[in-house]
Amino acid sequence: MSRRGWILLAALAIVLAALGWAGFAPVEATTHEQAFDIPKGTWARRRAGDLVEILPDRIRLTLGLNDVLLIRNHDDVPQVFGPTIMMPGQSFRLPFERAASYQFVCSAHASGQLTIDVEPRPETPWARIHWRARHFLENLER
Amino acid sequence: MRRRIALALLGAAALASAAPPADTQTLKAGTLTPVLAAPELKLDGTDGRPLGLERFRGKVVLLAFGFSNCGEVCPITLATLAGARRKLGTDAARDVQVVYVTVDPERDTAAQMKKFLGAFDATFVGGVGTRAQIDAAQASYGISSTKVANADGSYTIGHSSSIYLIDRKGGLRAVMPYGHPADDFVHDLQILLRG
Repeated sequence: MSRRGWILLAALAIVLAALGWAGFAPVEATTHEQAFDIPKGTWARRRAGDLVEILPDRIRLTLGLNDVLLIRNHDDVPQVFGPTIMMPGQSFRLPFERAASYQFVCSAHASGQLTIDVEPRPETPWARIHWRARHFLENLER
Repeated sequence: MRRRIALALLGAAALASAAPPADTQTLKAGTLTPVLAAPELKLDGTDGRPLGLERFRGKVVLLAFGFSNCGEVCPITLATLAGARRKLGTDAARDVQVVYVTVDPERDTAAQMKKFLGAFDATFVGGVGTRAQIDAAQASYGISSTKVANADGSYTIGHSSSIYLIDRKGGLRAVMPYGHPADDFVHDLQILLRG
């Protein structure tokens, strides 16, 4: 076999090994919490006309991995997040146990709306590959 | 010395056996930290008495907002809360008070709310009042409500549908989003009733 052939074979082996790992290695998370902070001064900035976005319009969670949403209000005023009002300095920890799409009112959003997509835990090889690829890309974006 | 060690071990064992398992301490509802006093209500109760939360100190209060003409969300919420009280059993349910505050003060009289709530559980207490009183109550809990006109000239109201869990001391401990089954309330109430 030519040198080029060996290189292609080695590259293929590496790709297959990576896919095998991504598909069959158990998916773990260091913490179940997906945390977001509402910084001090958010309300004042918005009042001054700054369309500051603190939280994404859509948050994606995965059951059994990161299935707890944690919102911390560091602002000087109460913030309405989804189902509750948070006083300055308060945190709201919301666990999810069912896969579904949840719509919440959220005063920390310029749009006033927040969608939380809770997905089932990836159990099949393809689902694990998909989950890992998406998280890799999301981490790159951050 | 040996006696002291034995006593210490006995004490530790007693404490460990008295402490509930850690997983039962995790509420199904969303929890607020630090726990602050639940905002007070200044309304009229459907039981003919002024309605303030201080009346229910020593009980766990489930507080929600809705209206008697509601055809979708409120009946499900109230049926769920009534089911949770039944599942808790008579003794425990005695220490659980459901308070349901109207978001439709123009139509909801005390008598109408009482009749509506009584269809689910006779112990439920409704809160009614003037538009200003209701607005103040809604604002203090971050409750939004919007009138939506029907084709026949009547209206319905879209409103926040979470249920607030207030502990025996009046602390606003947790918020259960709409849609949870009665068993989730039973789970959380059992934790809150233990104190």
